[in-house]
Amino acid sequence: MSVRVVFASHSSRVGMALCALVLVALATAPFWGGRDDLLLLSQIYAYVALASLWNLLAGYAGLVSVGQQAYVGLGGYLLFALSIFAGISPLWAIPLAGIIAAGVAVPVAMLVFRLRGHYFAIGTWIVAEVFRLLASQVSLLGGGSGTSLPASIFIAIAPTRQLRDFTIYWIALALVVAVLGFIVLLLRSRYGLALKAIRDSELAAICNGVDVKRTKFMVYIVTAFGTAMVGALIFLQKLRISPDAAFSVNDWTAFVIFITVIGGIGRIEGPIVGTIVFFVLRQTLADLGTLYLLMLGAVAIVVMLAAPKGIWGLIVERFGWQVFPLERRVVLDDRGAARE
Amino acid sequence: MDWINVILQGVLVGGLYAMFAAGLSLIFGVMRLVNIAHGDLIVLAAYLALVVTETLGIGPLASLIVVVPLMALIGYALQRFVLNRTLGDDLLPPLLVTFGLSVIIQNGLLTLFTADSRKLQAGDIEVATIRLVDGVNIGALPLLQFVVAIAVIAALQFVFYRTALGRAFRATADDPAVAQLMGLDNRHVFALAKALSLAVVAIAGVFLAVRANFDPTIGPARLIFGFEAVIIGGLGSLWGTLAGGLILGVAQAIGAYLDPGWQILAGHLAFLVVLAVRPEGLFPKVRT
Amino acid sequence: MPEAPLLAVRALDAFYGDIQALFGVAMEVAAGEAVAVIGANGAGKSALLKSIAGLIRVRPDAVVFDGAPIGGLPAHAVAARGIALVPEGRALFASLSVEENLLIGGQLGRPGPWSLPRIFEMFPVLAERRQMPSTALSGGQQQMVAIGRALMSNPKLLLCDEISLGLAPIVVRDIYARLPAILEVGVAVVLVEQDIVQALKVAQRVYCLQEGRVALAGAASDLTREQIAAAYFGV
Repeated sequence: MSVRVVFASHSSRVGMALCALVLVALATAPFWGGRDDLLLLSQIYAYVALASLWNLLAGYAGLVSVGQQAYVGLGGYLLFALSIFAGISPLWAIPLAGIIAAGVAVPVAMLVFRLRGHYFAIGTWIVAEVFRLLASQVSLLGGGSGTSLPASIFIAIAPTRQLRDFTIYWIALALVVAVLGFIVLLLRSRYGLALKAIRDSELAAICNGVDVKRTKFMVYIVTAFGTAMVGALIFLQKLRISPDAAFSVNDWTAFVIFITVIGGIGRIEGPIVGTIVFFVLRQTLADLGTLYLLMLGAVAIVVMLAAPKGIWGLIVERFGWQVFPLERRVVLDDRGAARE
Repeated sequence: MDWINVILQGVLVGGLYAMFAAGLSLIFGVMRLVNIAHGDLIVLAAYLALVVTETLGIGPLASLIVVVPLMALIGYALQRFVLNRTLGDDLLPPLLVTFGLSVIIQNGLLTLFTADSRKLQAGDIEVATIRLVDGVNIGALPLLQFVVAIAVIAALQFVFYRTALGRAFRATADDPAVAQLMGLDNRHVFALAKALSLAVVAIAGVFLAVRANFDPTIGPARLIFGFEAVIIGGLGSLWGTLAGGLILGVAQAIGAYLDPGWQILAGHLAFLVVLAVRPEGLFPKVRT
Repeated sequence: MPEAPLLAVRALDAFYGDIQALFGVAMEVAAGEAVAVIGANGAGKSALLKSIAGLIRVRPDAVVFDGAPIGGLPAHAVAARGIALVPEGRALFASLSVEENLLIGGQLGRPGPWSLPRIFEMFPVLAERRQMPSTALSGGQQQMVAIGRALMSNPKLLLCDEISLGLAPIVVRDIYARLPAILEVGVAVVLVEQDIVQALKVAQRVYCLQEGRVALAGAASDLTREQIAAAYFGV
């Protein structure tokens, strides 16, 4: 009698089919959408990616960071520095920024991991503040008021403006697909099993031989890598960077956290659902300014207290759906399927 | 002489940081909870003082009579009806709820008061200086703040270690279930701890408002200073928190002296150094 | 006409999460009486005490104390009514000194004969160590603090969860020697014990639990060793 681990379920097959369709539609967006649509979609991709990465860190590895803006800003600044001073094409600068940021994340992790729980969260925030203050000291990149990306660098991406827009859009799409794909693959691997174990009970995971410290460390580095790349792309698109914008807690952490909480922590579909809700709210309520942020805060609190698993969590509880094939089921071949 | 002034300024502002930190330290000691909105609550207290001084026509220090009980009441209600529901083993709910709270307070204050900088006037005491020795002057107001900070910490120590309430705090922190057997209602005890914490926050907020300009967005920085003071000083010890505040203040003063843009950075660096070299803090109280 | 019992447990079902620990348990304790509850590990003895003390929520009328149903009340409310639990393993407050542990027992301020001087009179060795951290004491001394702490609330009913656990026989005898003085004052005592011998010396009646059910109940003097062994082990 043999044993197999099966990931797919009926709903995930449907879900993946839908995803494929959506992906085709999005990939062809440059041909049916206008410039504004592409910009909006790129923003959505950025937030899905950032939220998914934060979800990996907090929802799976249990590392609640309130300082991921450190890597968003670092990625942005690295992109500017690499393309302006090292003459590297911005498109190559994106992955390079990710790698360098991952390198920076190593000593940061060693420092910040000395703190636990709530204190870890604030420690990550302080690191982001240090990055912001250091950035405003770097006069080569505009100091406190920031700098713009020279037109020559941007124009070198592609011959026409349309092609430039398309290229950046496709890169944004490719990046979010890569991030999601990586997370799915990670969760299906034995590292994913380790993460789930850590999420459910750290003590039990340790007792079962999971190297919790090393797993958390790796997740932190990898998340920094992804977050920095997204940050690099965001600021490439904005064409301008400043310390306050690059390391903004509101833009890169508050919104990301709200998206993940409202969508559903610890589930891969959560950030996607959350981002959609977030942007729908933003499009309809943007005029309200500070009132909008206030409502967002209130909604996050209510969701956390009343429905801590978020919208997708409620759906899973009710219908048992999954879009991505991630739930492990053990199948005993001689006797038919037995639920894990 | 210059250096002495620098250190002295640092020590005096360190007292204020210690007050920011004392509330944090208390809550973490009793309930293992860090309130991300702590700094924003300090700013809220500052704005409350603004409203009170303007409507009642009294000075900022007199406004404490209203602001302190009011903030204590807000703390009790906040803990009892919202934050108590986030307590438990899971780290996310209290963190996210207090984060949401921070956003709400900041934006609420922005809506009510706009982003304009404000400051409370305390009158002559603001410019009065006291001459210690030749060339060394300290402001009367910073000195008053410092003395009050020490008094607050001493008062908290007294409450914690010499009163029935303090016993209740410590017992509930040790073992909430067995504390119930003593007739202590955890929900009530936690809410009282929060009320006490916000009373300290109120004092800190009023002094902040008199000392410098404030606006709705400066909350997070105060949280960070308080937090750094707690970590530098060491967890579990209120006098350690005072020491942490002083060290942070001095580090910032030295940084500012070298270059104004380095002030806050110097503080962060001091924190990171302590974290790297002695993560348990300089004067931790080891719990058996 | 028989008086209503101080404590009446009727058809008590208790759960730890999804696992049922007690099935329809019934028990009575009269004022000033000492009752022993014995049984093997896992029989449900602790669950019984926790249900009475309010640490486990049960049906309101499953536990009736002093004529009022208390089954649904939280633990601090049950303590206020005059039930004190000496928890398994002592569970002293580590941050508090010996004296502070005793004082916090009296937090409720219920009127009655027990006070700090009286506790120190009963346990003189504690008076010598009053300022020491509670964790610095020996097991037997910690047990005395735990009992003293419970008495400080001037309870009508004292629930003792395995006070002999982990203690040397001579220490156990020393502690049990104090129980008559407690009973004299009119406090009813429920003794949950694995050490049957000591428990039966003090208790007038005994209940034996087996796998969450009452397997035997009666006056200590009426029951034979064979009966008790059979109920205890379920043979």
